[in-house]
This record gives sequence, structure tokens and C-alpha cells, in this order.
Amino acid sequence: MIRVTNLRKSYGTVQVLKGIDIHIREKEVVVVIGPSGSGKSTFLRCLNLLENFDEGEVIVDGFNLKDPNTDINKVREEVGMVFQRFNLFPHMTVLDNITLAPVKVRQWPIEKAKEKAMQLLAKVGLQDKAHVFPDSLSGGQAQRVAIARALAMEPKVMLFDEPTSALDPEMVGEVLSVMKQLAKEGMTMVVVTHEMGFAREVGDRVIFMDDGVIVEEGTPSDIFDQPKHERTKLFLSKVL
Amino acid sequence: MNFRFDIIAEYAPFFFKGVLWTIGLSLIGIIFGTILGLVIGLGKMSKNRMLRLPFEWYVHFFRGTPLFVQILLIHFGFMPLFVSQPNPIASGAISLSLNAAAYIAEIFRAGIQSIDRGQMEAARSLGMTHVQAMRYVILPQAVKRMIPPLGNEFIVLIKDSSLAAVIAAPELMYWGRALQGQYYRVWEPYLTVALIYLILTLTLNKVLHHVERRYQT
Repeated sequence: MIRVTNLRKSYGTVQVLKGIDIHIREKEVVVVIGPSGSGKSTFLRCLNLLENFDEGEVIVDGFNLKDPNTDINKVREEVGMVFQRFNLFPHMTVLDNITLAPVKVRQWPIEKAKEKAMQLLAKVGLQDKAHVFPDSLSGGQAQRVAIARALAMEPKVMLFDEPTSALDPEMVGEVLSVMKQLAKEGMTMVVVTHEMGFAREVGDRVIFMDDGVIVEEGTPSDIFDQPKHERTKLFLSKVL
Repeated sequence: MNFRFDIIAEYAPFFFKGVLWTIGLSLIGIIFGTILGLVIGLGKMSKNRMLRLPFEWYVHFFRGTPLFVQILLIHFGFMPLFVSQPNPIASGAISLSLNAAAYIAEIFRAGIQSIDRGQMEAARSLGMTHVQAMRYVILPQAVKRMIPPLGNEFIVLIKDSSLAAVIAAPELMYWGRALQGQYYRVWEPYLTVALIYLILTLTLNKVLHHVERRYQT
């Protein structure tokens, strides 16, 4: 589904990604962990080209992102993204937030888009919020709407960029349970998170990144129970 | 002090005509200044430095020199290059539009750049093109923030149109000065003119207030 080869990126003289190689399969849930500044968010944002990269190759759903013939908008239609700070559109109701892209980008008739939106809102438990504006939602509700908005495009992959980091602790659970449900339904997911419990329970594979490289990867039990590298052990000892 | 209402009454028809020209000049300035300002504002946000440069200098020049000087340059220098007898109203309208465009360009740029980067990223991540993201996500939010500074600029524009009097454009201030010259009176013409400008700006203020309120919801 996603194949990344020798991905490198610098901001000025600082190299933040120093050669990333990874292959993410269909229906796989890959969880990326690591200290802040390790490049994990930058890596994620390279997968839909929100962040441009200097070297290497990223192939998503068969499209080479650096190929001049690739229409990046077409790729993004298939790659949903959920942000740390939700980024809901504050001038639109929840329903309009969700239907905007299907109508304008996928050219769905409005009725079909609305029906889909209501299904998704039901799925994340927020049917009753369809007609309110985002500023009246709690953080957890806003993030669930953001997930529904991304799902409305019926993407093949979902990228999550620290989806619970901006939430009050009591709201983390409701967002994670929506994500768990999604994983259970077979969605291909790449999740950057600090939620180790989620990584262990839901991840098919856990990637530990530090200083712009993948230090270690494996099944959750490999990483959490028998970490091989010093840096992994050090990081886990701080967060667990 | 005796206040001579009779000479104001005598000039009333001229003041009336003058007000119409003042409103006309201001409207032209608002409309063309806004259109041109949008173009210049977008130009100034271009990622290409060479493309950005002329727009930046346009704003530097028109914000950094007095409107008074610009009016004189345009009426006595620029316009005669194209027509032998420049029309002072046309010169005034062009000066006001060009000048307002520089300020409005900055209002547009500031309004658009004040929208959180995450909004553009969210829109693009859903597959929208840059133009779609601008149209459906960024601009509707930016316009709301632009209304108060735009209103301010429009009020300045009405008042600044009085400078066109120096090139004999027959707007409100022109007739005030004519009355002063004919009767050697100061209070009657200038208080009358000031009052009329005040009425114009207060009216615009009210209109803007309504627009702002409508956009709030």
C-alpha cells in the first residue's frame, strides 16, 4: 500500500529524516513511537506530501509521489489524515465539514454525501451534533468529527498525527476507541502517537524512531517486552 | 459672531452636486481599490521572489508617499501623457483607487495569512486543490476578519477624496473653498463641509456595522 525508500529531508542544515525505509501493507496498522523531535510527524506528513522531501521515493497506492505525472490531489483523495489540533473548518457546521470534500472533490450529489456523513457521525457517536458548529464541541468530539470527515472520502489509508495529544486525559479514550473500531474493520492505518497502550493493543507493527531514523521495528511484544536497542529501552523506560 | 446661513443656502445646490461627486469618487475608489488590491495582495503572497517584487514596491510607493503628492503627479504628470486636457475627476478617481489598492492589498494579505496553517493542510489533505481550499475554507474565514480594517479604509477614502479639490475636481471640498473665496468667510463653508463629511462617514459606519453583524453568525 505504501512503500518508502531512503526518505530524506532537511530543514536548512538540519537533517530531520536520515533515510527511512518501510513497507506498509494493506490492512496493516503501523504505530510510530519515539521522542519528540525524532522526525515521526515529518515522516507521516511526507506520506501525503504535506511536507516535501529532498531524497528518496514514496509510493502510495501505486503512485510515485515525486513523479511529475502524479496528481497529488488524486493521491490525497485516497489518504485520509487526522491532525493533532483537529483543524475542523470553524465557519461550517459539523455536517458541512464532513460533506465538503465528497461534494467538491468527489463530485457526489449532496444527498449522498449527507447520508454518508450521517452514517459516519452515527459511527463516531455524534449524530446529534450534525448541525452545530465546531466551537461548541469538546476536544474529543471535535477529533471524532475530524475522523469522520477524513473517512467521508472513503480513503484507502488513514494517517493519524498524534490524534490524542491535544486532548484532556478524560477524552483520550473516546477517540482511541473509534480508532480501534476502524482498525478492526480492516483500515490501513499509520498512527503517530504517545499512547503506548494503544500501540500495544491495536498495532500490528510498532516502529521506534529516533533522530531521523527507524531504530527498531517489530510486533508490539517485540518492542515493548524485548527491546533490543539501548535507545529503545531508554525511551520506553521514560514513557512506560 | 453672526453666522450667515444665507450664503450656505445660496451654495446649497453646489454642495449637493459636490456631495454626489464625493460619493462617486469614493465608490470608484472602493470598487477599483478593492479589485486592484486583491490582485496586488495575491501578487505579494507569491512564492516567486521576482514576481513578488513589483507588487511589494507598488505598496511601498503608494503607502510611503503622500496622497496629495500622488494626486499632483497623476493629474499634472501622468495623465497629460495620454490626454491633452486631463479631467480632474478622472485623475482624482485614479489616484484614490491606486492609493487605496496599496492599503487594501495589505488588508487582504494579513487576512489570509491570519488563518491557521492547519486549515489549508486539512483542506489539501482531503484532496482539494489550492484554489478550492482558498475558495471554500480560507477566504470565507479571512473575509470575516477583513471587514473591520476594510471599513476603516473606506472611511479614510471618503475623507481623502477631499484632496481632489486641489486639482479642481468639483467635489464637496472644492465648493467649500469656492464659498470661502467668494465671501471671505471661514466658519460657514468649512463647518458645513465638515458636517457633511461626518454624515457620510457615520452612514458608512452604520452600514459596515450591519455587514459585520451579519457575518458574525
